[in-house]
Amino acid sequence: MTSTSLRRRLVSRAAEAFCAVSVVIALLPLALILFYVVKEGIGALNADFFTKMPKPVGEAGGGMANAIAGTLILIAIAAGFAVPAGVICGIHLSEYPKSAFSTIVRFAADVLNGVPSIVVGIFVYGILVLPVKRFSALSGGVALGILMLPIVIRTTEELLRLVPAGLREGALALGATRSRAIFTVILPAALPGILTGILVALARVAGETAPLLFTAFNNRYWSTSLTQPIASLTVQVFTYAISPYEDWHRQAWAGAFLLVMMILVLSIAARLAVRRLERMNRP
Amino acid sequence: MNEPKIHVKDFDFFYGASKVLHGISMDIPDRQVTALIGPSGCGKSTFVRSINRMNDIIPDARGTGTILIDGKNVYGRDTDVVALRRRVGMVFQKSNPFPKSIFENVAYGLRINGGGSKREMAEIVERSLRRAALWEEVKDRLHSSAFALSGGQQQRLCIARALAVDPEILLMDEPASALDPIATTKIEELIYELKSNYTIVIVTHNMQQAARVSDKTAFFMMGRLVELGDTKTMFMTPKEKMTEDYVTGRFG
Ligand SMILES: Nc1ncnc2c1ncn2[C@@H]1O[C@H](COP(=O)(O)OP(=O)(O)OP(=O)(O)O)[C@@H](O)[C@H]1O
Ligand SMILES: [Mg+2]
Repeated sequence: MTSTSLRRRLVSRAAEAFCAVSVVIALLPLALILFYVVKEGIGALNADFFTKMPKPVGEAGGGMANAIAGTLILIAIAAGFAVPAGVICGIHLSEYPKSAFSTIVRFAADVLNGVPSIVVGIFVYGILVLPVKRFSALSGGVALGILMLPIVIRTTEELLRLVPAGLREGALALGATRSRAIFTVILPAALPGILTGILVALARVAGETAPLLFTAFNNRYWSTSLTQPIASLTVQVFTYAISPYEDWHRQAWAGAFLLVMMILVLSIAARLAVRRLERMNRP
Repeated sequence: MNEPKIHVKDFDFFYGASKVLHGISMDIPDRQVTALIGPSGCGKSTFVRSINRMNDIIPDARGTGTILIDGKNVYGRDTDVVALRRRVGMVFQKSNPFPKSIFENVAYGLRINGGGSKREMAEIVERSLRRAALWEEVKDRLHSSAFALSGGQQQRLCIARALAVDPEILLMDEPASALDPIATTKIEELIYELKSNYTIVIVTHNMQQAARVSDKTAFFMMGRLVELGDTKTMFMTPKEKMTEDYVTGRFG
């Protein structure tokens, strides 16, 4: 009796210790990254960083105004096509789960989710950059959008499937058509979760560098044109970080800090939006 | 006696390979209350859901036989299911409010039917909520979420929602199973009042309720209609031994 109870206590202790170690392993890198980025980045951040253009090579000062605008434009293009397309695909998958088309789309989304982002960049380079022989904001946005697509599709599908069948029946019983029921009752019920999925996907692609190297490329000047190369925070950080100049390193840290903050803000916005919607949506 | 509102003849129903309704034939009279009683799993819900074709959305489920409403075949090839469901309202066994405000829940049916002026809507919403005995409890928070209501309030909201579109037939699948005695009484009064304009089919496990509210009672067992008759007769002098055992609680 006592020996089994002792054994049970020991096993329980060991499990607890194991959990604690796992938590530290999981959190330590995150804490260190945040610590370094904040320490190095926050000092380098100033008004110039947000409002000034990059200075010529080797000159100190200047900022990343063009890259900040560029990143926002790229994300907007990506979301502009990946969100509607992904949500519509997700609706189809949940409405016709067994159709041949759904099977193919689901498989394609899963494969796409596993494709390295640089491969997506090369692909978009092949179809959108090579034919016109010019890097462009559009191609960069498309590359990021393709990376968002599988996340949006699968979260939409999964969350729609969690909506109780009774809601659909309630709408149909009042004389709603199937599509009416989907868009006025079922989709709104799943919206908080879908929105989180979209913001998570946005946060993920906002930090992508590799696919932009072949598509949006970079631009030393202010540009908002979709058909011209465009700067982005990630590519700018990359360029500055591997340069030999002290001031550029400083700015790279500031850029990294800003990226982390943007992703943090996106995540917090996701939580707040979800909480607001959930108050409307959940018991 | 005038024509029945709903005429059912030799209706069978299958979920995949399993047959759950066997040759149901019955007439449901216009502007009266017909109660469906019977043990759990005997097919009452399946039957009422066949009347507004709510079972259409269940994969591999199908019905055969005839159901006529006003002489028109519900399962006819040219039947407009959406139009049918607008005429045949339904309150479900499990309450299912939409993720919208209380007001929008009740207004939903109106909006999908083309809506109306703001004032009309507000009037209809208020009238429907009053009839469902919910108005006093929610009039100050019409624009807060329907999910903030209690289970019984949600059920009454679903009743109000169904009334708002003014159907000809109202199918109620155990509408009072989650209600307290006061709300139940209100719903029963509502049913009594409604039957001058509506044809009502109500599923209930509560024998007293069936006896109180209905004109006709149909007793189902294992997918078969055992007996159908005037409620008084069914409860006082049923023809079948099984019916007598069930309504007196000696069943089982
Ligand atoms: N979607 C479904 N798929 C397969 N079988 C089903 C389905 N819905 C109901 N059944 C079966 O059909 C039979 C009749 O069910 P139904 O829900 O009509 O019973 P009920 O009389 O309404 O019971 P209760 O009083 O418990 O609500 C049951 O045996 C049930 O298991
Ligand atoms: Mg039932």
